[in-house]
Order: sequence, then C-alpha cells, then structure tokens
Amino acid sequence: MNLVILTPEKEIFNGEVTSVKVPGMMGQFEILNNHAPIVSSLSEGEIRIKETSGSSKRYSIEQGFVEVINNEVSLLVRGLAAVE
Amino acid sequence: MSGQLKEVRERITSVNSTQQITKAMKMVSAAKLRRAQQAITEMRPYAERLDGILKNILSNMDGGDGGSSFGVDREINSALVIVVTSNRGLAGAFNSNIIKEAVSKINTSYQEVRKAGKLSILCVGKKGLGYFKKRYSDCQIIDQFVNLFDDLSFEHVAEVSTFAMAGFEVGTYDAVDVAYSRFKNAGMQFAQCDQFLPVAKIKPVEGASTTKKDYIFEPDKQKLLQELIPTILQTSFQKYVLDTHASEHGARMTAMDKATENANDLLNDLKVSYNKARQEAITRELSEIVGGAAALGG
Repeated sequence: MNLVILTPEKEIFNGEVTSVKVPGMMGQFEILNNHAPIVSSLSEGEIRIKETSGSSKRYSIEQGFVEVINNEVSLLVRGLAAVE
Repeated sequence: MSGQLKEVRERITSVNSTQQITKAMKMVSAAKLRRAQQAITEMRPYAERLDGILKNILSNMDGGDGGSSFGVDREINSALVIVVTSNRGLAGAFNSNIIKEAVSKINTSYQEVRKAGKLSILCVGKKGLGYFKKRYSDCQIIDQFVNLFDDLSFEHVAEVSTFAMAGFEVGTYDAVDVAYSRFKNAGMQFAQCDQFLPVAKIKPVEGASTTKKDYIFEPDKQKLLQELIPTILQTSFQKYVLDTHASEHGARMTAMDKATENANDLLNDLKVSYNKARQEAITRELSEIVGGAAALGG
C-alpha cells in the first residue's frame, strides 16, 4: 500500500509500505494492507513504518490525522521529528 | 563651464550607484520570491488533503458542520482585525494597499465597534504597525506578533491564529478579519480583507458524494471535526501569511525593476547633456586657441 506523510511545510515520505503503526486518539493501531477505510485523529506519539524493502522508520509527532482508503494512507501530521 | 561638467559627472555617478542598489534589491527579491513561492506550493498538498478529509466527514454526516464553536454568528460588539504587512518598504504600493483594505473594512463594518472602543488591531509586520499606532490610538493595538516574518514555520505562525481563535471562543472578539495580499504572480498581487472568524458555514458537497464510503471514524465525527477545524483555520492563516510574504517580494521585484529602468532613462539623458557640455568646452577651447594664434600671427 502507498503511504504519504505530509506536514504543513513539506512532504516527508511518499512510498510503498507494508505496515504503518500510528498513535490514534483512542489508542495505537496498525494499518496493514487492505485496511478498512478509516479517518482518525492522532495524539502525541510515535509513527512506525515498515517499507516494502524491509527497512523501518520511526517518527515522533505531536498531533495529526490519518486517512486510509483503497490502500492509500495519508498521514497529516504536525510537530514531526525523525527518531533514530 | 567646467563647473557644469563636473556637476553632471557627479550626478551620473550618483544615479549609477542608485541603480546598482535597485538592481541588487531586485535580484535579492527574485531569489526570495522563488523560495516564498516554493513554500506555498509545498503547503498545498497538506491543505488539500485536509480539505478532503473535512469534506469526507461532512458528506458522511447528516446536515451542517454540527455546530462547531468557530461557526457561531454572534452580534458583533467587538472585533479583531489582523493586518499582515511587510517589515520593509520600497515595494511600491504594496503595504498601503493592504492598509487601505483594512481601513475600508473598519470603516464599513466596525465603525460602531470602534466608537465603543472594542476594536482591536493585530499587526504583523512593522509597516502596518507604524500606520495603525499613529492613527488608531483609540483602538487596542496588539503588537506581540509584529516580527512573525522572522520565522515562517507553521508552528510559529499558528500562534497568531490560535490567539485569534482563543479570543473568539471566549468571546473577546465576535469577529476576526484578516487584511493581506493574495499572491497571483510576480507581477500581480491583490490586497484584500477576508473574514477569518466566524467560519463560513461549510456545506456538505451535494451530489458528488463519491466519497460516501463506510468509513470508520475515530474517535467520532463530532470530535474529529473539533480537532480538524482549528487545524484547517491555522492552515488557511498560514496561507494568508505565505501569500503576503510572496506578494511582498513580487511587489518589490516589480518596483525595483521599474526603478532600475528609470535610472537607465535618467542616465541616458545625463550622458547626452554631459557630452554636450564636454563638446562645448572643447569647441570653446579650440576657438580660443585659434583666436589666440590669429592674434599673435596678425
């Protein structure tokens, strides 16, 4: 599935991933392929993505939104910073 | 006559150096404009996706925007006008156009509010602050954000919109307007005054409800909207500021281009009169020599 991470300043990530873990308002959840359409607000926490190549990335965020539809994941986040 | 020659030469040097300055300023503005434009383009996907989500929620919701606290139309007893201008001049009519818009908004809508002493003016950029501090001393002038242009990051700019929203929510302001300059291209900027709060009622898109899917909404639509609307407002305020920023450099570029051109015209005229004076001097000298030689030989 395709993931786009956008901040108001620029596009942070755009590519194919196998899984995305996000800190939802109601609790952390993971988005895998063929996830049901969802819109959720995000709270402060960490995003973890696994790319199709196998490598993984982690970002910390302050707040944001996630939308999933037809294997397109859009993450609109603020206060993003990469975590080593 | 050599006195006049020297005078013209000095003027040419001075116009030349002025031209160098305007040329340099034009170049600097062109570079800054490019960066400012880039910032606008880079924000666009975020803003569009955000709008998409909003429409999504609304089309899955029956009726209205569910009464967000930012959409309440109250009787206007107090108001805030945010004036976004630049810190520096030399940009043609750029700043005065924005100020004019703000003033006409105040005169048409907030005359009563001003008389009651309930009008606040928030100035971003020193030019607007200077103007309103002098002429609107009966209003409350908020200058804590005057240096916003030093740092145009989203979080920094959002402080202003958050300030306005907080003021609106607690009832300090019943309406908030923003006077800014919409950026079209380097040659065209439009000063205008937009209503920021209360937000215009967002209507669900009719007919085109292709997005009507079985979405899961977390926590729920109502709470999502409450989260989403401030972010959208902050984003649109960011757009006002970025637009003004790009407009400033566009306007300065045009103004400086004109100035360089004028300096060129002036230089041409001066060169002609310099050469004339020089030739006159030479002719006179020659005729003096010839006259002298004739007198001697006579």
